[in-house]
Amino acid sequence: MAIPVLLAVASLTFFLVKLAPGGPFDADKAVSPQVLKNLNEAYNLNATEWEQYVDYMSGIIQGDFGPSFRFPGRSVSEMIATGLPITFELAFYSILIALLIGVSSGVLAALKRNTYLDFIPMAIAMIGICVPTFLMGPLLVLIFGINLELLPVSGWGQLPGDKLLPSITLGFAYAAYIARLSRGGMLEVLNQDFIRTARSKGLSERNVVIKHAMQGGLIPVVSFLGPAIAGLLAGSFVVETIFQIPGLGRFYVEAAFNRDYTMILGTTIFFSAMIVFFNLLSDLAAMWLNPRSRDV
Amino acid sequence: MKKLFILCLSFLFLTSCSSSVTPVDSGLEDQVFHFGNGSEPQGIDPHIVTGVPEHHILISLCEGLTIPNAFGDGNLPGAAQSWTVSDDGREYIFNLRNNGMWSNGDSVTAEDFVWSWKRILTASLGSQYPDMLYYLEGAYEYHNGLTDNFDDVGVKAVDKFTLKINLKAPTPFFLGLLSHYSTWPVHKETVLKHGSIDDRNGQWTRPGNFVCNGPFNLKSWELNNKIVVEKNPMYWDATVVRLNQIHFYPVSNVMTEDRMFRAGQLHVTSTLPSQKCPIYIEEKNPDLRIDPYMGQYFYRLNTENPALKDTKVRKALAYAIDKKLLVEKVTKCGQIPAYSFTPPGSNGYQPDTTIPFDPELAKQLLTDAGYSDENPFPKLEILFNTNEDHRKIALAVQQMWQQNLGIEVELVNQDWKVYLSREMVGDFQVSRAGWIGDYEDPNTFLDLMRPNRGNNKTGWEDFEYDSLIETANKTTDQEQRYELLKQAERILIDNMPVIPLYTYVRSYQLSSDVKGYNPHILDHHHPKFIYLERE
Repeated sequence: MAIPVLLAVASLTFFLVKLAPGGPFDADKAVSPQVLKNLNEAYNLNATEWEQYVDYMSGIIQGDFGPSFRFPGRSVSEMIATGLPITFELAFYSILIALLIGVSSGVLAALKRNTYLDFIPMAIAMIGICVPTFLMGPLLVLIFGINLELLPVSGWGQLPGDKLLPSITLGFAYAAYIARLSRGGMLEVLNQDFIRTARSKGLSERNVVIKHAMQGGLIPVVSFLGPAIAGLLAGSFVVETIFQIPGLGRFYVEAAFNRDYTMILGTTIFFSAMIVFFNLLSDLAAMWLNPRSRDV
Repeated sequence: MKKLFILCLSFLFLTSCSSSVTPVDSGLEDQVFHFGNGSEPQGIDPHIVTGVPEHHILISLCEGLTIPNAFGDGNLPGAAQSWTVSDDGREYIFNLRNNGMWSNGDSVTAEDFVWSWKRILTASLGSQYPDMLYYLEGAYEYHNGLTDNFDDVGVKAVDKFTLKINLKAPTPFFLGLLSHYSTWPVHKETVLKHGSIDDRNGQWTRPGNFVCNGPFNLKSWELNNKIVVEKNPMYWDATVVRLNQIHFYPVSNVMTEDRMFRAGQLHVTSTLPSQKCPIYIEEKNPDLRIDPYMGQYFYRLNTENPALKDTKVRKALAYAIDKKLLVEKVTKCGQIPAYSFTPPGSNGYQPDTTIPFDPELAKQLLTDAGYSDENPFPKLEILFNTNEDHRKIALAVQQMWQQNLGIEVELVNQDWKVYLSREMVGDFQVSRAGWIGDYEDPNTFLDLMRPNRGNNKTGWEDFEYDSLIETANKTTDQEQRYELLKQAERILIDNMPVIPLYTYVRSYQLSSDVKGYNPHILDHHHPKFIYLERE
């Protein structure tokens, strides 16, 4: 199913980007018709739409996403390969932070239901959901980077500690969702008969929670993780811009602004593949965790 | 699994111990200049790229026949150590340095310039600046396929180090054109090793492959992260160069750049968040720099639009704008109200036009054009690209036109490419525009408004204006030439296809450690004059 989905995404995107007004070579200093003709010739834009489509699709089947229109001398595949490891690393650290904060506070809130240990983490989670990253990022930079001078304000892997603030900024929003999902999932499981049975058998509360309750209670979190990781990869643009991180998200958004057709197509197809893959992965993980789905 | 999880987090936190030595501090000791460069450059092939960030990098890597004068107007010798101009102003003889070298040790020869200019005029390369060389005999014809013999083009290597250039007409600003990167040389053997003469995607600009003749060499290039250039020992004037490296950071977000500067990660920023400029002026921020800049912010009026066909209407719109108020209350960063299309003082040229702020006269002009309470002026649209600063200016102008002329104005903001496309096909009434001079001469502005120029975009044509500029550019006497240009500019302002609003300034932050970074009207800062020193 994944291959037809990706081919449909590629075809749709190919024609949609061409519908947007403006072209890749429009600039403040207008180019002469002769120069524009030469540029179009160089990038095969003088051919019919159908010819361009066939040419492009045969290229991507062979793994060739074409040259970037905006950056002469760079291929789209090369640019994806440059930005991807950084975006992956950012997403990985962010999801770790999100899981650490989200699961622990969600589980704690569920165990201490209707106490301050429930209200406070959930209130913070609500703030995390409400505060956008474009506010959270500069706020953290202002406090830890400029006022306290503890951490660098930008960069990725250039100065000690420059990965921390972006990872926290991006991770915090997801931590908030995870906290609420964990709490909900845990509350549901903690009221189940098998938990009462476990407790009546004399198991310690720690074992009951970790070995029995969390396995079922965290299924919503696992289901959420697939789209969340895909979202982290595709939606890291804001954090990458705030912290000057050379990831794929910036290429993606800037390509749209620059009408860099091949780059838009390449990144869209790539992110679509990521979304399909991580959704599949989270479905498999949820199935593995939930014995009822396994039986089905 | 749990152990792996803890290990990863520990790694992240352990690498988070920040050191108190900032790049600006360490740069001082190592002569490493950290440069905020706006956006990721398209590339570093001088014949293909366009844009300011590209210029900042190229000026450190390559050198044209002349270089910008860091200490005043005009140009200094670059790859050419001297030149002579014939009495009729049409023939230039450049004497190249015999110690000029490419970064791989080859000599920079006159033939290199001939081949490089042939490259930029090769139509299939798709260079966006071939018009910079259209002043040469036969250049337009060669680029447009009217001749395929490059010998017809007015650039010849007389001998190894002598370059002869023949122009169609005396072009008094020709030397100024040579400081533009599109006229700079490329190393023939390197380009051809990695592609053909017209290959836009050749790999010769990659680190390790790149060869040029400037004061620095390309060391590394991390996309969207930074470009590092290091001192070129082969450069003919290497003893003067004091910086060891320049790190160019493509920081497209102005707020991020501002924070990076404040945290000591940059020596210089590419710009300043507009909302911070008045605050920094009030705080007397010692790092704030506001330099003159050869650029004009203006509104284009579509003279083919029925509502704007009448000159009286266009003048009424212009006279109803209080530009002084605009720069004092809206832009607030030292911009200068504009009363001419050319920025005053460009290469000694002082335009003598005026555009008064006179609401009464403006109203009268609108009445004379046939508009009244019974026949109100139709709703007008101001088109601008999505940007908070443009929106603020458009809001102020909207308010002024509504208040002074009773005109209903709608603001239309569009994504950059949509805005450009609408301007290009004439789908606008009033659109915001800006123009930065390519070279230091009023012609870089006045040429825009000649008939059939792609950047005119207003539909306005005046053949007397065109002929005056044509004559001026054939005149070798500067005083006489400027008089002709002033006459042309008076015609332009009298017809008002554009409403100049203000003259730009270059506002940015510069660390006090940076020396030799002098104000320059085109914002050209040759890195061989820059060094770092703390007082």
